[in-house]
Formats: sequence, C-alpha cells, structure tokens
Amino acid sequence: MNALPTNNNLADTLLKIASWASGIFIVLFFGYLLFDITVNGFSRIDFSFFYESPVNAGRQGGIAPMLISTLLILILCLCISLPIGIASAIYLAEYTNEKQWFSRFIRRCLNIISGVPSIVMGLFGYAFFVIALKLGFSLLSGALTLAAMVLPLLIRSIEDSLRAIPQSYRLNAHALGLSQWRMIFQILLPMASQGILLAVILSIGRAMAETAALLYTSGYVMRTPDSIMDSGRSLSVHIFDLSMNVPGGEPSAYASALTLIVLLLIINTITAYISRIIKNRSIK
Amino acid sequence: MFPLNKDKILLIVLRIMAGISVLSLLFILFYLVKEALPILQSISSHRFFTDESWHPTSGSYLLLPMIIGSILIMLGAMIVSAPLGILTAILSQFYAPPWFTKPLNRTVEILSGIPSVIYGFLGIVTIVPLLAEFQAPGTSVLAGVIVLSFIVLPNIVLISNNALSQIEQVHIHNAMSLGLSRYAIIRHVILPQAKPGLFTGIVLQSGRAIGETLAVLMVCGNVVQIPGSIFEPVRTLTSNIALEMAYAMNDHRSALFLSGLMLMVVVLVVILIAEKFSPQANIQ
Amino acid sequence: MKVTSKPAHLKSVPDDYHAAPGTHQLPTHISIENLSLKIDTQIIFDKLSLPIYENRINTLIGPSGCGKSSLLNCITRLSDYNNSSLEGKIILDNNDLLHKKTDLIKLRRKVGMIFQKPVPFPMSIRKNFALPLKEHGVRNTYDIEQKMENALRAVGLWKEISNRIDTRADKLSGGQQQRLCIARVLALEPKAILMDEPCSSLDPMATAIVEELIVGLKEKYTIFLVTHNLAQAKRIADFVAFMWYHDGHGRLIEHNHADVIFEKPSNPITAAYVQGLTE
Repeated sequence: MNALPTNNNLADTLLKIASWASGIFIVLFFGYLLFDITVNGFSRIDFSFFYESPVNAGRQGGIAPMLISTLLILILCLCISLPIGIASAIYLAEYTNEKQWFSRFIRRCLNIISGVPSIVMGLFGYAFFVIALKLGFSLLSGALTLAAMVLPLLIRSIEDSLRAIPQSYRLNAHALGLSQWRMIFQILLPMASQGILLAVILSIGRAMAETAALLYTSGYVMRTPDSIMDSGRSLSVHIFDLSMNVPGGEPSAYASALTLIVLLLIINTITAYISRIIKNRSIK
Repeated sequence: MFPLNKDKILLIVLRIMAGISVLSLLFILFYLVKEALPILQSISSHRFFTDESWHPTSGSYLLLPMIIGSILIMLGAMIVSAPLGILTAILSQFYAPPWFTKPLNRTVEILSGIPSVIYGFLGIVTIVPLLAEFQAPGTSVLAGVIVLSFIVLPNIVLISNNALSQIEQVHIHNAMSLGLSRYAIIRHVILPQAKPGLFTGIVLQSGRAIGETLAVLMVCGNVVQIPGSIFEPVRTLTSNIALEMAYAMNDHRSALFLSGLMLMVVVLVVILIAEKFSPQANIQ
Repeated sequence: MKVTSKPAHLKSVPDDYHAAPGTHQLPTHISIENLSLKIDTQIIFDKLSLPIYENRINTLIGPSGCGKSSLLNCITRLSDYNNSSLEGKIILDNNDLLHKKTDLIKLRRKVGMIFQKPVPFPMSIRKNFALPLKEHGVRNTYDIEQKMENALRAVGLWKEISNRIDTRADKLSGGQQQRLCIARVLALEPKAILMDEPCSSLDPMATAIVEELIVGLKEKYTIFLVTHNLAQAKRIADFVAFMWYHDGHGRLIEHNHADVIFEKPSNPITAAYVQGLTE
C-alpha cells in the first residue's frame, strides 16, 4: 500500500468514505455469499452425497456421476491442451522475437480466442466436434471445446515463464555445444516448471467454472458416463439444471455449489502458494 | 543454424503445434460462419431489426429486443461495477491498513474465480424473490444487472489494483515533495496515469459481460420484448442461444449461430479497442 | 598466491619495432581475416583482422561498446542467434568457421567460451558436466566421472567440492562458480578458450585465483581474453590487441606484444588509453 500524506480536506474525506463503503460492501457481499451457501449447502450434505447417484432428478441422492464427469472432462482437457500449449509456448519463446509481426499476430489470435463468449464457443464445439467430427454429445467433445478455451491462457503463461529465464543460460548452453533439444528440455523447461505448474492449475480452475460451453457439447445426462465418447453432465451444468428446471431442487443446488466452491478454493490456495514460492525464488 | 537432425525435427513439431493454436481461431470463425450462412442467404439482414417478432418457426426473425436486452444489461452492470471496482482498488491501495487489504485482495481473487452459474443461482434464490416483493415478477432487467455486476466486479477490482500499483514511485515521490495531499496525488498524479490501464480493463470486462450467458438466463425472465422499465423481464442474445439451441432446426438454428457470430464480432471489436489503448494488455 | 607481473619468457623488444598484425613468428591458431559484423542494421566493426596465437594469452582491450564481446561471439558462431550478418573469414585448422557447413557442435567443443557472469546450470555439479559431455558423445558414467574430476583438478576445485558433487552448482561462491564454468569447458577438452571479461564480476581474491589459473592454462590451451581491466592485461597478457570506437564502429588500432603496447605503443590513441598504467 502506498503511504500517502493525509490531509483533512473535504475531498479526501469523501473519497475515503466512498472507497471504504465499496470495500466493506464487497466484504459483506462475500460474507453473505459464503454464509448462505455454506449453511444451506451443508445441511444437505453427508458423505453419501459424494458417491451416490442422483435420485428423483437430483432432489435427493448424490452427485457422484457429475463429479466423475467433471474429473474426466478436466483430465481429457489437460491431456489435449498441455502438449499443444507447451509446444506452442516453446516455439514462441525460443524461436520468435517478441517484436516480429508473426509473434504479435499469434498473440492477437490467442487474445481473440480467449475473448470469445463461452456460449459461442459452445456453438462452435457443437458444430465442429459434435456434428462435423461426429463425436456426438460426449465428454470428448466437451474436453476439446474446453481445451480450445484454455489454450490461450496456458500459452501466454508458459511463454512468459520461459521468456523470464535470462538469456545467459541459453548463451552458455549454445557455447557448450548443447542442442536445442537438450537445452529446452533439460535446462529451460525445468527452470520454468513452477510457472508451468501455475498455468496448469489456473487452467483447471477456469475449466471447472465453465458451464455454457459444455451445455451443447458434453451433454446433459445425469448418469455416470461409460466412456469418453459417452455424454455426461459436469457439476456446474448440474447446478444450472437443478436451479432452473427442477422445482424443489434448491437444496441439492446449494450442496453442489458448496462442493464446487470448496474445490475451487483448494485450487485457489494452491495457486497462491505456488505464486508465493515463485516470487521468493526470483528475489534471490 | 541447427546442425542436428534432432533439432530440425523439434522445430517442425513445434511449428505444427503453434500452427494448431492459430488454426483453432480459423476453425471457430469458419464453422460459425458456415452455420450462420443459411439464414443470411434466405432472408435479408434488415429483417432482424424490422420483423414483427421473434418466432423463427413462423418465419419471424426480430432480433432487436434481444440485442437491446444484451446492451442494456451490460451497460447497467458496467455503470454499477466500474465505480465500485475502482473505488475498492483505491481503498486497497491508499486508504486501508494492511490487515484489511490482504484479506480483501484474497477475497476478490476468490470471488473472481467463482463460476457465474453460482451467482445466477444465488440470484434466483435471493435477489429475484426480493425484487418480486417490490414489483412482480422479480425476474427482470434489474435482477440481471445486479447479478452481472457481481460477476464482473471482482475482475474490475483486480485490474484496477494492477493499474494503480504500476505507477512508478518516482511520480508519487515528486508529488509528495511538492506538498500535495493524498487526495490531490490520487486525483492528479495517479488516476491520470492509470487511465489507460483502467480503461482497458473496463472495456475488456464489458466484452466479457456481454458474453455472459447462464447467470442472466437464470434471472432475467427471458421474455422477448423491449423492456419498458427495469422491473420487466428481458432476454439477451446469449440466453436466447442457450435456451433455443436445444430444439432449433434449420433456419432457426442458423439464426442462432448468426447471433453468436454477432456476439463474437462485438467482442472482437472490444478487444481491438482495448489493444489500441494498451498494447501489453494481458487478457485472461 | 602471488601473480607475477610480467611473463618471464618474453624477449625484450627492439626500439624501432612497428606494429603490424601477423608479423610475429608464431603459429597462429585462429586467424580472423577481414571480419565485418552487422547486428540488425548497425555496423559493429568493419574488416577487422587479427591473429590469435597458439598457447599464448591473447588479450583484447578497449572501452566498452566497441565490439569486443561481439567479436568473441563470432568465433563460436554465437552471433547466429541475434540477427547478425557476418562477412569475412575466421580460419581455424584450415577451415573457415563462417562457412555454412561448419559443424557447430564440433566447433564449440574445440573452442570453449567463458562468460562474464558465471552461469552454472541450476542442477547438481555432476549434471553440469554430464549434460555437455553426453551431448558430445561421452555416455559412459565412468568416463564422465573421470573427465569431470580431471577438469575440476585442473582448476583447483576438486579438493574444495569433491564431497558435494551432487549438490546444486549455483550454491557455490562467485569465484568457485566461475572456476566451475571453466572446468565445464575444460572437460570437453578444447584446443582454445575464449573468455569474455571472466573476472569482472568477481571480488579481488577470486580474481587473483582465476588469473593464476588462466596463466597456468596457456601451456595446454590457446587463450583469447577480452578485458577492460588494464591492470589485469598488464599482469597476464602475452599479446594485446587494442580496439577503439572510431567512425561509428569498432576498429582494431594496434596489436603487439604486451610489453610493446604498454611501454612503447606506436599509435597515440593506444598511448592515451594505456597511459594510466605506465609508470
């Protein structure tokens, strides 16, 4: 926080009041949100919630199939987006100059992809993966769509981590006659590993929160999927269905929301922890 | 330059991967256009604005109410959350003691990661009934504005925090040594410099706001009409797509894709504007 | 640990000696001929010629910015990585290094490079050696171990760190790190070693140790050393080339025995530059 000299003039006081009001509003709002979801969600949860299937359109029973679907979609999404993301980031960081038009062009393309509204991504996923590639409503279609959404974030973060490595390491590696292959995989990538991990975790958080893109790609069905080509419902879609289409589904929705928030909180904490480690490392 | 075959192969593989990333944008555009084409070919574009109503099954394609709905809700949300967000950032940077700002910033980070579905859900169970008591039916423009503001607010705070903290200390020190007070420094030194960053952030968030689907779907009532007051229900372009894709066929479906394409164009324009004002905008 | 101030084997220089590159009767290990370097569109130096003599400490002195480091980078073709265009020839063992078909891996094994700031890779000391050795075809663990030990002995580090070969190399002190980097290069058994201001980020104690090491190395290797520390050049150089910024780019002004350069330079610019050192 910048320590600025205070002054007892009217403008300062007004600004002080206004900004405190906003800040307190946000804290209250968050408190209310947390309180509401915890209290209402908790009462509905017991251990069986996590391993039972939904009963009566989800009003009773558990969310096990949704947890499985969510997990599978996540894993699939990472399996697809990580190789492409890391490879693209390596290409951008090690083989292109930031100032060249080509690098700026790629960056702009990625920016545009990350700005596409998720429902529109869902439309694309539907038209391309579900229909054109004949994958049908499936976990795979959903994962592919999510991968497309998550790719720009991955590439940007990993590229930044690689570019942050001082040039002297590369010069020394070249001077010792090391091949690009060895230099990248045995020196640079290990050095960037924390940044990469951070990027992956951020992407997981983003993917878990995604709903609209999955509606018309991974499906709506409430049962446990048999395979990745089978359709399944993610946790966020379940919350949507319960609150919109199932009268009396509110308690389950609360519980599902609580679960989702807790999962995201865990991810958020891990992210903050790793960021702090990275920051401390770079001060040395 | 690279004497080894290993390195040449590596370069080719990396190039292919980077190409896939860029190609995905092309694919997205291609498929959206492909699916939107039929409706463009069968009716002339002015009909989206002049037809009697939105009844695609009977050949009526008035999109105007939904376009207006999207714009209204987006504007409303930005008007509410931009000042709140910036004020909170000012609080966290200049007015609040560390024991408050640390938890505040963590809170904001967590809030920004919460899926919009959950905000929508809370909107249905809390805000809509509240509004309904005041003025039926509860699901309305106002509900949409409120929910969307909550979704967009944390991000604005984060971006504003970023923009405000990047002012170089030099300027602040100069101002302090000239005897300027806190309010004056904020108003005349810091804010003007932070303007590009703030502006960019807000523009980007408005792009995100107009693309928001599920939360507004859940609380806006989804009646296709140009609302007479903020208490009346409305439907946005995004909600329209989400609602009708399930059963739309042929030209109807094509019209939905077209509206998706429109949204994408809007967001593209928004991003280009944002890039103009801040070339290093980190779009997440 | 005293470093001698004047190499004892240098013969005395006649009074009417005139500097001209390449007129010393000594085998030339690397010959730079009419080398011109441009980075992006800026000319760094133009038609520069310089012989680097075998088993001698050849030094390059001059103010910062006149292209000394760039010249070093050209020899190992590190210039390839930053938009440079090179013309001219660099001859090593009857081959022109600038030729497209040059085997860069072999080149960088034959000619090693030490940088200003020591850069041990963030891994164990053992791995720092294993990585380049494996790249150059030494796979056998025993061989790697042997070469590593020999190199570490040659730089006088073996006793100090033999008990922590598997700890991270970047935890060593500055002087140790630089000696480690030199050892890393020695393990590849080069013929010539280029050094770009190797002591400028070291404290005086460490500098003395490294300087003594460099003097000891010249018996087996050709050394080409860039330095802006005139005292250092006076202490350890056999031959001195002096570069100066002239007409917008770097130029070789004078090249001769160290004695001549420091006591009887023929060019007035050289005289002005070294004047602080001559008593």
